[in-house]
Amino acid sequence: MDKVVEKVVAGDVRSVARLIRDIDDGIPEVRESLKGLYPYTGNAYVIGITGAPGVGKSTLVDQMLSHIRKKDKTVGVLAVDPTSPFSGGAILGDRVRMQRHSMDSGVFIRSLATRGHFGGLTQSTRSAIDVLDAMGKDYIIVETVGVGQDEVDVVKTAHTTVIVVIPGMGDDIQAIKAGILETGDIFLINKADREGTDKTMSDLRLMIEMDQRKYEGGKWKPPILKTESIIDRGVVEFLEEVEKHKKYLTETTEGLELRKSKGKVREELGEMVKNRLIQEVLSKLTETGEFDGAVQAIVEGKTDPYSACDALVLPRLGLHTG
Amino acid sequence: MKQKRKVRVMVAKPGLDGHDRGARIIARAYRDAGFEVVYTGLHQTPEEIVEAAIQEDVDMIGLSSLAGAHKYLFPRTVELLREKGADDIVVCGGGIVPDEDIEMLKEIGIKKIFTPGTTLEEIVKWVEENVKPR
Ligand SMILES: Nc1nc2c(ncn2[C@@H]2O[C@H](COP(=O)(O)OP(=O)(O)OP(=O)(O)O)[C@@H](O)[C@H]2O)c(=O)[nH]1
Ligand SMILES: [Mg+2]
Repeated sequence: MDKVVEKVVAGDVRSVARLIRDIDDGIPEVRESLKGLYPYTGNAYVIGITGAPGVGKSTLVDQMLSHIRKKDKTVGVLAVDPTSPFSGGAILGDRVRMQRHSMDSGVFIRSLATRGHFGGLTQSTRSAIDVLDAMGKDYIIVETVGVGQDEVDVVKTAHTTVIVVIPGMGDDIQAIKAGILETGDIFLINKADREGTDKTMSDLRLMIEMDQRKYEGGKWKPPILKTESIIDRGVVEFLEEVEKHKKYLTETTEGLELRKSKGKVREELGEMVKNRLIQEVLSKLTETGEFDGAVQAIVEGKTDPYSACDALVLPRLGLHTG
Repeated sequence: MKQKRKVRVMVAKPGLDGHDRGARIIARAYRDAGFEVVYTGLHQTPEEIVEAAIQEDVDMIGLSSLAGAHKYLFPRTVELLREKGADDIVVCGGGIVPDEDIEMLKEIGIKKIFTPGTTLEEIVKWVEENVKPR
């Protein structure tokens, strides 16, 4: 067995940390390790937490960690923060709220930046989930800021997708509903100590009923719960809903289909193929200078982008230009 | 598409003194230089810092401290990294450190001490030159 695979499966923290780094940095060799790890995956339960900046996601995750650990289950956390489009750097601050768990060997916390590289956030986060899964974590929690499509796609990967809002976000809910609302399995109104909680509750309920297509006619009706994660209020009840949803997924045929459906596999594999193709083709074209050559030719008016694209891509795929 | 490794650094604030404005400012400067900065917050013990640094796979830990914490907390951090076989992670520190202590800290393996008056540009430049993704 691959050395890395062996160490990750044995739960070696440094190897896990390093492998996630290699995934993030797009090191090609990780593919072999991921292939080797795949047979060890499929045991962890993945919870995705998303919501606007500052709604209290990390505070919630921190409390979840305490409760899950009390049941002697182990947890991996992937906390994703946005990369600055200007510098490519990022401040990864979610850990601040969870730091009290850093000495607990049953908890592994990793901060990730969105980066926006080819292959995308979704792909690298999925691979990181596989690593934590193979490491033996019972639960994996993924936190993302629910703004971009990428971040939404990431939490869609989860078994249970949780959407966090705060009171008085009426218009904002309108704004996010397109991409996000229909992906939610559980909704939380956090900071329920604030004014406007009931109004937000009824707004949200209305919108979910209008928008939810995923479970149309199904047995799972996404619950809306009030929480105050800062004082741990409502968190136990929330986790009970997660367990209910988990049970629903594992016990009903309808649920099982959602989780392992051909549709889902098709979607994921499709993305993987697409990303890989782009990666392979574009890097070859860049290496050989063909890409820059085509740019130059277009700029000089010697060809048009359509013909240039055909000339670049088709031969790579074993096809001939028209 | 081959991607260059990104520098990851951790900004940590050991010890008991109260605010983290300095740490936040330096974190922002690192971000603007293109680094990924893991921020861990106030009142960290060396044990917590080292554990976080390993999980986060950072290339450097920047410790900042105002209240003389360097005498125990800085060396302890280096010692723990060595114990865990993670002493390839560069450690540097910032804060009010008397000249006579700087030598001592360098001897035990703190790569660099930034004393008050060092500009952000100088700090970033030092990191760019001395910390490479491992
Ligand atoms: N009043 C109140 N404040 C809360 C509650 N939960 C969290 N907060 C506060 O909200 C602020 C943001 O909390 P975080 O947990 O960092 O929020 P987040 O959603 O993870 O933020 P980002 O990761 O930056 O998007 C902190 O100051 C928390 O203390 C709550 O239930 N009530
Ligand atoms: Mg957060």
